[in-house]
Amino acid sequence: MNPRYVYLDHNATTPLHPEVKQAMQEAMDCFGNPSSLHGFGRAARQMVERAREQVAAFIGALPDEIVFVGSGSEGNNTVLSILGCPVRHCSCEHQGGRAIVTTAIEHPCVQETARCLADRGNQVSFARVDHLGRVDLEHLESLVTEHTGVVSVMMANNELGTIQDVRRAADIAHKHGTLFHTDAVQAVGKIPVNVKDLDVDFLTLSGHKIYGPKGIGALYIRRGVPFCPLIRGGHQEKGRRAGTENTIGIHALGKAVAMRAVEMAEEAVRLRALKAALRQGIEDRIRDVHFNGDPDNSLPGTLNVSFPGAEGESILLYLDLEGIAVSTGSACASGSLEPSHVLMAIGIPIEHAHASIRMSMGRDTTADDIDYVLERLPKVITKIRDMSTAYARK
Amino acid sequence: MAAHQSWAYTDKVKDHFMNPRNVLRDEDYQEDGRGVVGNIQCGDEMLVVIQVDKEKGVITDCKWKTYGCASAIASTSVLSEMVKGMTLEEAYHITPAQIGEALGQLPEHKYHCSVLGDKALRAAINDYYARHGMEDRIEREEARLVCECMHVTDREIEEAVVEGARTFLDLQERTKISTVCGKCKEEAANLVRAYLAKHFGRSAS
Repeated sequence: MNPRYVYLDHNATTPLHPEVKQAMQEAMDCFGNPSSLHGFGRAARQMVERAREQVAAFIGALPDEIVFVGSGSEGNNTVLSILGCPVRHCSCEHQGGRAIVTTAIEHPCVQETARCLADRGNQVSFARVDHLGRVDLEHLESLVTEHTGVVSVMMANNELGTIQDVRRAADIAHKHGTLFHTDAVQAVGKIPVNVKDLDVDFLTLSGHKIYGPKGIGALYIRRGVPFCPLIRGGHQEKGRRAGTENTIGIHALGKAVAMRAVEMAEEAVRLRALKAALRQGIEDRIRDVHFNGDPDNSLPGTLNVSFPGAEGESILLYLDLEGIAVSTGSACASGSLEPSHVLMAIGIPIEHAHASIRMSMGRDTTADDIDYVLERLPKVITKIRDMSTAYARK
Repeated sequence: MAAHQSWAYTDKVKDHFMNPRNVLRDEDYQEDGRGVVGNIQCGDEMLVVIQVDKEKGVITDCKWKTYGCASAIASTSVLSEMVKGMTLEEAYHITPAQIGEALGQLPEHKYHCSVLGDKALRAAINDYYARHGMEDRIEREEARLVCECMHVTDREIEEAVVEGARTFLDLQERTKISTVCGKCKEEAANLVRAYLAKHFGRSAS
């Protein structure tokens, strides 16, 4: 049994905030259906609407612009599926173009939804990114046509941490009379996000990335933009998402964003300092390392690094034996034979992609944790490189 | 934290992963045969070197290096132990299934990782034969064209099966086989079943 655990995979998911956990426990007995008129229902309704206000306030939206969904993936699927719906003649409010413009580094839930729509005859295009993972906005603009229904650009990338200029991307979409969506699952709760400042029409966020529970997310839908539900058959969420509300999850999401509002700014400063120490420590202790992503404009706690000659899944599993949890962009870990599409899109050599790991810190990460990683990681890399065909001992 | 006590693979895999046997560290190793397969672009590369008792035709030592995942490391480590004392003939015909058996079990999507080790070993044995004027013993692993339109060989079909294709449609998705004239469809489907039986001991569902 390992004496020590260091969790550096906060971009994958986060532990519950203790106050969120407590709020959930307290809400367990509030079992009413928010749609019921009686007291049990009204209590549940009150809980849901209070959370809606909290989420709205946190991102600068109005409460009725927030729709609770089952996950970030559901939110993203919803926006692309309804705006890219190939059916032209129905009661849907959306009568604009149906083509989709997105980017090469989106989460699979956006990319695969877009590809599915392409298979159904839609025009779908992917904007390039530069070597730091920043979307090439000129290329993006060149892809937008009169047929475009939505432009979707993620706010912060899960693998690299690179933050996009979402406001400029939204301006480009609006200049061409099309709607704009941002997948802000990795951004909300880590950096300031305000839907009015960003001027976005749709925004997706998720609970479990910000110390809330899994299975709850929210979709911001700007008042007045056309919408059509993906999940039908109920009047819940003002007819925008059918299904009895996940009342405890919603309550927890409200609490989670409320805690983020209190902790986020200070934590970002702390995490940036820890990341700088981690990066410097790796550079000092391990030779031939390559950092991936934008060093100047990335999520406070995300560091992506390649150790040429050391295969990523091996690094992950040797670190796991030391009690350190990270993730990798290597093909081997994913079960497919392709390395991360994000690392390929930024144009790093494929052998760097196979040799990459992502460390993502969070509110519980300490300076001691970083010291421990800096003590163990060099040994792991040396061990792997020592038996590697791809690394000559110098 | 019960999950931390379990592991992604079997105890045997874990043991070989944590303490890999017979890693080639000696720069001046006197090898009698050398084989390299895979490449780092694909995410795994394997080097196997052997020493051979020429009188008896028996492998006396086997060392290796790999750029690869935990399964590749563990399977080559266990292979290097298995082949010592084997005749060249025996070692030549070690199958991935035997390696998998020696390790307990590998997850199915990791199966292809274990194939590299025995391929590299065969390459090393072939190299030994070539160096010692025994070319006649080299078993050429020549590929036969199955799909003429899309240029897919039986070897590629076997590789696709090892890497996860379970049905003709899986195979078609991976290789685009039989997407033009279609006349090889039946043969391709039969080959999928045959390779499934060869590598996994079962037929296609």
